[in-house]
Amino acid sequence: MAHRPFLESDAALVVNGLRKTYAQGDDTTVALDDISLHVERGDVVGLLGPNGAGKSTLVNILCTLLQPTAGSATVAGYDVETEGADVRRNIGVVFQEPALDDQLTGIETLRLHARLYGLDRQTREERITEILDLVGLAEVRDQVVEQYSGGMKRRLEIGRGMLHDPVVLFLDEPTLGLDAQTRQATREYIQQLNEEADVTVLLTTHNMVEADALCDRVAIIDHGEIVVFDSPSALKAQLGGDIVTLTVTDSEEATRLAELLASYSWVTAVHPTGRDVQVSVARGQTRIPALVTRASEASVSVTSVDLQTPSLESVFLTHTGRTIDDTGAETAPTRPPVVTKQ
Amino acid sequence: MMADVQAMYGLWLREITQFLRSWSRIVGWLITPLLILGFLAFGFRGVALPGLPEGIDYVQYLVPGMAGFTILFSASFTGLGILSDREVGFLKEILVAPVSRRAIVLGWTAGGATTAVIQSTLIILLSIPLGFRLKRVWMFPLAVLVLLLLAITFIGFGLALASQFRDSQGFGLLINFTIFPLFFLSGALYPIENLPGPLQYLALLNPLTYGIDALRGVLIGTSAYSLLLDVSALLVAATTMVMIAGILFERIEVV
Repeated sequence: MAHRPFLESDAALVVNGLRKTYAQGDDTTVALDDISLHVERGDVVGLLGPNGAGKSTLVNILCTLLQPTAGSATVAGYDVETEGADVRRNIGVVFQEPALDDQLTGIETLRLHARLYGLDRQTREERITEILDLVGLAEVRDQVVEQYSGGMKRRLEIGRGMLHDPVVLFLDEPTLGLDAQTRQATREYIQQLNEEADVTVLLTTHNMVEADALCDRVAIIDHGEIVVFDSPSALKAQLGGDIVTLTVTDSEEATRLAELLASYSWVTAVHPTGRDVQVSVARGQTRIPALVTRASEASVSVTSVDLQTPSLESVFLTHTGRTIDDTGAETAPTRPPVVTKQ
Repeated sequence: MMADVQAMYGLWLREITQFLRSWSRIVGWLITPLLILGFLAFGFRGVALPGLPEGIDYVQYLVPGMAGFTILFSASFTGLGILSDREVGFLKEILVAPVSRRAIVLGWTAGGATTAVIQSTLIILLSIPLGFRLKRVWMFPLAVLVLLLLAITFIGFGLALASQFRDSQGFGLLINFTIFPLFFLSGALYPIENLPGPLQYLALLNPLTYGIDALRGVLIGTSAYSLLLDVSALLVAATTMVMIAGILFERIEVV
């Protein structure tokens, strides 16, 4: 097997103006519209978007299963269109739907994979032992996959994707269809892999919590376009910080307090609703004492204080005007996304 | 290149592992040909079929035909297997590997041909208690070679067809409509001279005709054509079919 002449300076993934359209009769469906991305080695990057946003299409093009209509992409320095075999040698893929032969045992699954990737006998057996330990399936290695639980199957697939030591690991909705506990375990496992094996991970998800917990950088993808691409903390910071909600005794008091608080320069927005006053500030936890002191100076009695730090969900809402539910379907906004100062 | 050979070995091994693991499937595969063989052999016992070679009773005539049928039957399962891989998603795991599509097709063919040859050999051996006599036991390896060429031909055919389907249902239906015409137009049950003129020409285009004729020559010592002609025809058919399957698989998109 020719080993990768991979330069440290090479980005793991470069996507330039990528476009994919499907012709359906006279209509053209645009699956990807002018996507550009640059991913450094060792990063965990999330593609976040609702079902049908183009996430899987992008992954399928990057792992050479689909041809782009226009634009170009390189993975580990190789062009996905002209150097398909080199790209495939350097990537591991875990597909959205399971891709296992459930009549084979765990170890047979891994051996077949090693043979498909041309590992020599010694490397194969060493890597298989390592991987089985890493994914915690050493004890069930001789059981047929049919007898594995959903989580075990997922772990086997992720382990298989790592077997040939890829530069980039693609995970298409890695925790979809798993129960909460297995989902959490799988996330921790992906994190561990990224840290220990120094593999670049590109994962697609519609789960905000997952993207926030796992990813160094998140690309929000909507209608085939990347709307925004940055670290989760930077994305959240762009929203103008935290929201402190002060609850007072009645709505008149709330309005009076809102006017008082709006005069602070560090308050970016104030919004009274009923007995609540929502105050947007940076580093909310440090501002709560000042806000409460100001209220008592004006003889407004505060009955409760709540601090909300912005979630990726509010970021998504801000950039797309929609939220996505657990199944990945889009839902209309239920409340105004951001409170702005008058 | 070495990597391709390893990949082919991996795919072959998977086929064999699956075959040995599912005894129920082996029995299922053997039952249909054995039932047809058993009932025809007893039902037509002593029938004077026109065109049957001198001194050959119907059981002797039928067994090579049923060995050919077993190959057809078993080869269609290879195509079906690829489509069920496609349905469960396993095909993506194979196609995303750094292996040429040609090597993948050859690996599938090797695996399917091995199991098909084992099954048809079993049919021949199981027909001995039914009254079949191997005239020339030392020629048996040659029979296995003929079975192998037949298997490669029809697995290539099955894979070429499978490449055009997205799921196993449509393919299964088409296979049902394909196996029996191929079987009846092959001289498996009767000499093809007994067919009406135009159908005889169709039978001459059917690779199974030459395979079964060669098997008769090798196993019971009587054949319509020379062994050289039969084997040459099979070689051409096997090469062509596998090449067509390779070209068609080169083009498929799996997502």
